Amino acid sequence: MPPILHSLPYFVAAWIFCCGLYGLVTSRHLIHSVICLAILQSSTYVLLLAIGYRTGGAAPVFADIAPGTLTVDPVVQALMLTDVVVEAVVVALLLAMVVKAYEKSGSVSPSDLRTMRG
Amino acid sequence: MTDRLRLGIFLIAGPVFLGLYCYAVLNLPPWGQYRGPYGDMIARLAVYERHATDTVNAINYDYRGFDTLGEEFILFTAAIGVTMLLRREKDVPTAAVGKVADRPPLSEAVRAALSPALLITVIFGFYIGLHGQLTPGGGFQGGVILATASVLVYLADNTEVFKRITSHVAVEVVEAAGASSYALIGVMPILIGLPLLTNILPLGTTGDVFSAGNIALISACVGVEVTAAFLLVIYTYLEEIVTGEIPEE
Repeated sequence: MPPILHSLPYFVAAWIFCCGLYGLVTSRHLIHSVICLAILQSSTYVLLLAIGYRTGGAAPVFADIAPGTLTVDPVVQALMLTDVVVEAVVVALLLAMVVKAYEKSGSVSPSDLRTMRG
Repeated sequence: MTDRLRLGIFLIAGPVFLGLYCYAVLNLPPWGQYRGPYGDMIARLAVYERHATDTVNAINYDYRGFDTLGEEFILFTAAIGVTMLLRREKDVPTAAVGKVADRPPLSEAVRAALSPALLITVIFGFYIGLHGQLTPGGGFQGGVILATASVLVYLADNTEVFKRITSHVAVEVVEAAGASSYALIGVMPILIGLPLLTNILPLGTTGDVFSAGNIALISACVGVEVTAAFLLVIYTYLEEIVTGEIPEE
């Protein structure tokens, strides 16, 4: 395996993170911002799973494999599950805020938000 | 801050971040060479200690049960937040102009496909939700699948049926009951002098649906809570679409 492949998943995570961040920075629409934030957060899934991966490891579910089989790390998978749930509800909450921001200011551009008071 | 300035800051800070990140990654163990002790330890112990074959859920609902309690309340709070943000003030009259049509045109094929699709979704949701301790799944996943059943009703039928199913008060009560039952299960061991969230229920036979003690019960409670929370969010958003005003161009 060439050396770059040793860390390829980590760079994939960084790439997804930067895509999301670039989208957030250049966003001109609040819903676009929320989706970019979701993309940004999904980089953590790749990073977490990459950290826990082990070459040749089975899934950490012992329903059909013998106990003691070499598996990937279940701890990071549990953390990722938490991550997914939190992302889903954060997106739901942010979209509700977008609806309210649009009702109050009549605009969905993030640059118009700074004129809001209270 | 202008868009140009913001982009400029990003173009400077981004490469700096990437450089530091690359430096960090090159010092990590190579991909596929996981070394941490905790994952291996839990993978070895979960089946013996908790009779749970899905170690991920053994971590979520038992070893890290306290974190998941917090996570569940994040979900609870966010669902309440969405409802509060999008609530309709009853006194404020809403303009009738530009209302979205309540009744989309329906084909007979969609109507006929509804019942089998509903049946499969509900059965699959219960299967995933109740087998969390054995195979990948559990309360969070099962709850989301069950909540999508209501969206099927919305897609294939009119909003009246959807509203009757997701009656607001009942869903709120069920959500609160699901969230609090997790906390109650956690507090129960304290009453008999054990630490919070100790697995006190009988562990059963490994591989059985009624096994793994608290893990199965907590997973089911979380399933109830997640179903209700997502029903609440879906209902609130669809109500926003149905009764929300669309400004005239």
